[in-house]
Amino acid sequence: MASSDALLPISAREEDPLLSDGSRSDPNAETHRRRRPVKGLLAVSFGLLFIAFYVALIATRDGSTRSNVDDAEIKSDGTATATSRARLAGVSEKSNDQLWKLSGDRNTVAFSWNNSMLSWQRTAFHFQPEQNWMNDPNGPLFYKGWYHFFYQYNPNAAVWGDIVWGHAVSKDLIHWVHLPLAMVADQWYDANGVWTGSATFLEDGSIVMLYTGSTDKSVQVQNLAYPEDLNDPLLLKWVKYSGNPVLVPPPGILPKDFRDPTTAWKTSAGKWRITIGSKINRTGISLVYDTTDFKTYEKLDTLLHKVPNTGMWECVDFYPVSKTLVKGLDTSVNGPDVKHIVKASMDDTRIDHYAIGTYFDSNGTWIPDDPTIDVGISTSLRYDYGKFYASKTFYDQNKGRRILWGWIGESDSESADVQKGWSSLQGIPRTVVLDTKTGKNLVQWPVEEVKSLRLSSKKFDMEVGPGSLVHIDVGSAAQLDIEAEFEINKESLDKILGDASATVEAEEFSCQKSGGSTVRGALGPFGFSVLAHESLSEQTPVYFYVAKGKDSKLKTFFCTDSSRSSFANDVVKPVYGSSVPVLKGEKLTMRILVDHSIVEAFGQGGRTCITSRVYPTKAIYGAAKLFLFNNAIDATITASFNVWQMNSAFIHPYSEEAVRALSRT
Amino acid sequence: MTKTMMMMVMMATLMGVAMCDIVDKTCKQTPDYTLCLSLLRSDPSSASADTVGLGLILVNKIKALGTQTLGQINVAYKTKPMLKRQLDECKLRYKTIVDADVHTAIIAIKGNPKFAESAVVDAGVEASVCEGGFPKGQSPLTGLTQKMNKICDVTRAIVRMLL
Repeated sequence: MASSDALLPISAREEDPLLSDGSRSDPNAETHRRRRPVKGLLAVSFGLLFIAFYVALIATRDGSTRSNVDDAEIKSDGTATATSRARLAGVSEKSNDQLWKLSGDRNTVAFSWNNSMLSWQRTAFHFQPEQNWMNDPNGPLFYKGWYHFFYQYNPNAAVWGDIVWGHAVSKDLIHWVHLPLAMVADQWYDANGVWTGSATFLEDGSIVMLYTGSTDKSVQVQNLAYPEDLNDPLLLKWVKYSGNPVLVPPPGILPKDFRDPTTAWKTSAGKWRITIGSKINRTGISLVYDTTDFKTYEKLDTLLHKVPNTGMWECVDFYPVSKTLVKGLDTSVNGPDVKHIVKASMDDTRIDHYAIGTYFDSNGTWIPDDPTIDVGISTSLRYDYGKFYASKTFYDQNKGRRILWGWIGESDSESADVQKGWSSLQGIPRTVVLDTKTGKNLVQWPVEEVKSLRLSSKKFDMEVGPGSLVHIDVGSAAQLDIEAEFEINKESLDKILGDASATVEAEEFSCQKSGGSTVRGALGPFGFSVLAHESLSEQTPVYFYVAKGKDSKLKTFFCTDSSRSSFANDVVKPVYGSSVPVLKGEKLTMRILVDHSIVEAFGQGGRTCITSRVYPTKAIYGAAKLFLFNNAIDATITASFNVWQMNSAFIHPYSEEAVRALSRT
Repeated sequence: MTKTMMMMVMMATLMGVAMCDIVDKTCKQTPDYTLCLSLLRSDPSSASADTVGLGLILVNKIKALGTQTLGQINVAYKTKPMLKRQLDECKLRYKTIVDADVHTAIIAIKGNPKFAESAVVDAGVEASVCEGGFPKGQSPLTGLTQKMNKICDVTRAIVRMLL
């Protein structure tokens, strides 16, 4: 755009003739001057116009440069860079940057997915619909002998859209029977989507469901629904309250920042209370409402909690955990032996974070025990350090447990999803309790019932020296349950700890950035390589990495390295993981569930959990193998482990016969 | 006279304000300001659009480019028959862009933008995979796939503003 610099002199020049022209010598100047003023004014105005234009240009430039800098500093993983907010790394795993890195590999053979590879990816014992797209878990509950699971579902395609509530039931959280859709988008207040919600049991044992509807104008509102017939244990039909919506975005909250109502809990005043995630500018918040009938609500002036710079809080979850007992608690439980968990799904980063804290019932607020790892801050705790989002817990009154469901999306391309006709899984449901030994984190573990799938088992005890790889012959290796215990030989440990010159590695190490399982340290990595081809051209190592930390202490990391899981160049292959607390006297333990394209790893009894999606092209069917490895330079590892073949859960489409068959087991 | 002068000043201020418009501001927050501007300004509705509207304009550009590329693929079957296998893969990938990614992005932008972000990122991935399938230097689509990547980067940045 032309700078007004060039223009000013011209207008000035235009002015000069006007002023100097006929102002002194010419007797006709008087009449001349009387006609001039209009032109003069025009000229002056144009001058002003261009000045204003130029000033505005400068103003916008400054403004946006500043905002770019601010955005760069806000970068969620804590590293400051000069790149704009648009290039936030780790935001969505599918990034063009990552892809080009992969294409630079020597694997330049043109690759195509074929049906054999794609159909192998379907899991044997994880919850998934028969076809199409699924996302968030919804309204999980136990009622009249059945575990109910609802979920975000697209009945029409293997991509997100046309969202309704799918429904399935199970006696044991493992063997599921699909039921007809529970709720569809048939009202103006959920015409654009029947979105996520939660169930609450009332004192009389009846059930209310609160869920978010995206209205015909795409406004997010909360709606009430309840079972049509409480005598039907399958809860097949649901009725939407005629007075819906029961909540609309309050003043100050934007129409698209108001979703995912929680299960309600009883206040000491005898009311029901819920919380709903939202945001104000970039501060993630959780709004609080009280109700007696789930139809009318009073919004509290206080927020349950808020954390700046965390963005929109989706799928907020709020629940008590016992400080002393390893059991679940009903959502309404409170007291001196109880802490409360606030969890939120971060829209900006697609990561679920939680924090442990104290709830104040009198004003509906909560504060974290450790504000430096407050909910949503990049360093705050996660249920899972891999692919795991939109999770939700429920209290299982049947067995006194709190159970966690998590949406496990795909890490492949949409082309593949469309070709194979489905997308997404749910993780194996996990029990959740406070770690009574550390007091600072939750512990999760696959529900006991998954053991009912265990078929044949093999037990192994072996010592593996540094730089070894052992093929573990278990036959078919795509459906496995592995429980293992490891010990590092004392000499190697003493050597590292006693050597003052040995570098303090632990401060720099991270699963994500330290190069994966091929990078060898004194005391690691060691663990299992699953879904491995015998040539090791494709493999997925799950391992411990032990490093020297500050103050002569060891620090242990638990990682899953999917970087070599597949030749395919259109899948996301990160190294996932985190440090894991190991207390004095504890051996290192891990459990791994392998089920085709999903690997769930649990470190130290579930203190650190990692879910990964992997898409091998060769290490499939009979070619998938299991290896034990020790890539440490010094340490000899003693490994003691069991490997079980896992049966299929035979998840059934809806049919009367299937339901009757399950009731008999 | 003073009235005319005041009107002129007002016009000047208005022009100044117009220059701070949403298109300019928005494009400055994307990785390719010039491309963003040219894409958006080529659609007159951009002048009065909100961020959702700007995002939709760009998603339509993705669709148009995808469709154009599919046309080029069809041409390439005849001019470069030895690349049939790679062209088949590209056809599959670009059909995903035009049918699945664009459709998801459009509905998600209006209600749940993170799904639009995934769809837009995927569109870039599909284009890259198509391009990467050709032996070095033999792709008849390089210009188009590179353009798709750039447009997807810009679109993603705008969709992220909605999160």
